[in-house]
Formats: sequence, structure tokens, C-alpha cells
Amino acid sequence: MDHGPLIPRNRAAHPPAYDVDYKTAVPRSPRWPLLSMESTISEETGPTFGHGILGKHDNNLIVNYTQGEGLAVGERIRVHGRVLDENARPVPNTLVEIWQANAGGRYRHVKDNYFAPLDPNFGGCGRTITDDNGFYEFLTIRPGAYPWPNRANDWRPMHIHFSIFGHAFGQRLISQMYFQGDPLIDLCPIAATIKSRSQLDRLVAPLDMQGSRPMDYLAYKFDIVLRGNRQTMFENKLEGM
Amino acid sequence: MTQELTTLMETPSQTGGPYVHIGCIPSFTGITSIYPVDLGVSPIEDGAAGEIVTITGEVIDGTGWALRDAMLESWQADAAGLYPGQPGADPKVNGFCRFAADKETGKFTLRTVKPGRTPMRYGGTQAPHISVWIVARGINIGLSTRIYFEDEDNDSDPLLARIEQRQRVSTLIARKTGDGQYTFNIVLQGDGETVFLDL
Ligand SMILES: [Fe+3]
Repeated sequence: MDHGPLIPRNRAAHPPAYDVDYKTAVPRSPRWPLLSMESTISEETGPTFGHGILGKHDNNLIVNYTQGEGLAVGERIRVHGRVLDENARPVPNTLVEIWQANAGGRYRHVKDNYFAPLDPNFGGCGRTITDDNGFYEFLTIRPGAYPWPNRANDWRPMHIHFSIFGHAFGQRLISQMYFQGDPLIDLCPIAATIKSRSQLDRLVAPLDMQGSRPMDYLAYKFDIVLRGNRQTMFENKLEGM
Repeated sequence: MTQELTTLMETPSQTGGPYVHIGCIPSFTGITSIYPVDLGVSPIEDGAAGEIVTITGEVIDGTGWALRDAMLESWQADAAGLYPGQPGADPKVNGFCRFAADKETGKFTLRTVKPGRTPMRYGGTQAPHISVWIVARGINIGLSTRIYFEDEDNDSDPLLARIEQRQRVSTLIARKTGDGQYTFNIVLQGDGETVFLDL
């Protein structure tokens, strides 16, 4: 089914490829302009994943590494929200994947040699599929801030990495969720690759007491907007144009 | 004053970072207890119709260094030019693959079926191609490009036709190195920089 062309990406919504303060971006940023044209079937279609791929614990990072045998260390949080498109329509049945450091700020990865200890009960990834109205939720622990080699004393604010599919390959997006009130957000060169303050603010999830559960977990709400399809009335009527 | 438009702005991208594999292909990092199998291990199943091709390459930065930490995704049509989900599409082709640069060598490999020509909305067709999306530490927004094939008719492809500097067209065309074997390097910056797409 033809949903129409994707709305051209507003590049001002995103960080530029080249940013001198994020040193790794310097040699990895294309120098020449991107080649633009209207989306084709190659961008307007995309892989779909059914609820059948999901295991029982996939969206619960507190228990998924041990399949329920043990609990991860850290402040228990629920991260929930909605995936919408630029037309403010919910994006149902789309895969949302997350990954993060443990409560001490350490990733389960051979390249991460930060001396905060690994948590034997924490893997650090999870996934879910949005419901019919675009809602998703995860249970996890609040990740720790961690130092990283850029300038001599750069620290990443607490963050959760997000990967979202949408229904079209041209909607593919990876981003990061930050936490309300974290003073490291304003010091982070990666957060600062986003030049618009209002756009950066959209990555900062507010504490959501209504979504929390007494004596169990706090909640943070994080909504995500993907590209939408161009809504035109006479898309298939070329006569008279 | 006017009425407000009700459209939303897209959520800004952020780099996938050095540990994107944990979230997307966890078994690559040794995390195997969460999912039985990583997503997108192969774009095809045994029995997919068409020519099986293997594409190898590197993702190269502006200094000439092959990235060891790049993660790639591909999306493509089946041998008849039908995308998964379209009526009549080959059920053995799911079209989607995730693959990573090797930790030691930086080499990636994509084994798939060569796609067919695909239609344009207002007529004409696109030459056989595989859409590719590249993320890594230092890439602030995923980079899109396409793999075309040197032994196909690329002359009438509408996307390739838009490349003004004709010598850059070759950056999107996989070179045939043997029977069903192709090489395709992705150059992020500098001499021979790949044409990246905004579609
Ligand atoms: Fe991180």
C-alpha cells in the first residue's frame, strides 16, 4: 500500500555530521552535501517485526539478562512513552530497542574498561514493540554517568540509547534519552551536537510520578517522533498538473 | 497571528556510540542470554530465488582508517523487485540485514540475493540496489547510501542520474571480483567520498 512519499527530513532538527567538539565526528563526517530527492519505494517500505519475536522479559532489563533468576543493581525505573510521526499519528507495532550502561556507568562490552564493576545480573539491552496506539514501556535501572575519552575530563550524562524502526526504512532513527535535572547534559559534547536547545530538550525525559508505582519504581516519560508521510490530497492524480 | 500547524518535529538523532552492538546485535558482544538470536542475521533464507551474492567491504574514515566499530543495516527487494510485504514477494526474502565491521580487520560481509529492478511512483524503474544505513561512534545521524551492481544496467536509474559529478557515481557501484562476489567500500570523507543520500 502506498502511504505517499516521506516528508523530506528537516536536517535542522538533527545534529550536523561535523562537530569539532565531538572529536570522533571530525574524520567520520561526510564533507560533500547529501544527494536529495523524493523518497522511493526503497525508503517508504521497511522491515516489520511481529510480537512473536519478543520473549517474556525482553522489555525488562532488570531481569532479562538472567531470565528472571536475579535482579540488576540500581534505582528501578520505568521508561515509557509513545512513538508518533510528524503528522502526530501514533506509530503502532514498531520495534523499539534500547541499550545502556549499568548503575555504575559500565557497559557489558570488551572495549569498556572503566573500573566501575560489571553487574552479574545486568546485560544492558532490551526491546519491545509499540501497541496499537504507539505506546511502549521498559522496566530498567537508571544508568550511571561515565567518563569517556574526548577532552581530558568529559563525562556522559545518564542516558539510554534508543533505536526505532517505524514502518519505512527512511524513518530509521537512533537517539538517546537523558534524564531531567542531570547537570552533565549541559557539559556533554555529544548532547551539544544538537544545536537547537528546544530540540535537545526533547531528549530529556521528565520524571513522571503518575506513571510510577509506589514502593517499586519511578517513571520517566519519553515520546519519540519519526518522519511522517506527506499528506496530499491528489497524490495519484497527475492529470492537469 | 495565524493558526498553528499541528505537525511535529522529528526527534533529533544522536550517535549510536561505541556500544551500538549491545543494543542491535548483542551476541556480537557476547550477550547471548537475552534474545535467542540477533535480529537481522540474514536477509534471506535457504531457497530464496535469484542469484546469491556476497558483498564485502570496509567503512573508511577521512584518514583512510577502516572503522572497527561500524554497524550497518541493509534493506532490499527480492529478485523480482518486490519488497517484503508486497503481494507476490518471495517469502524466503525478509530483505533486512544487520552486519558489523570486524573488530580486528574492519571488514564487513553481506550475503544476500541480488534484488530486481523496482518501480518509481510516477513511472520508470530503479536499477537493482540495496539500501544501506551506517551508524557508529562519531556518526551523529545514520548515513544512508545504496549499493548498485556494476554488471547491471544502471544507465536509467533516476537516483544515479542526479549525481552531477559523474565520477562520483562509481562510489555507489559494487565492483565484481568473482562469481557472485562484489566489493563495496564506504568512504565517509575525503578522496572518493561515498555519495550519501537524503531521501
Ligand atoms: Fe552510551
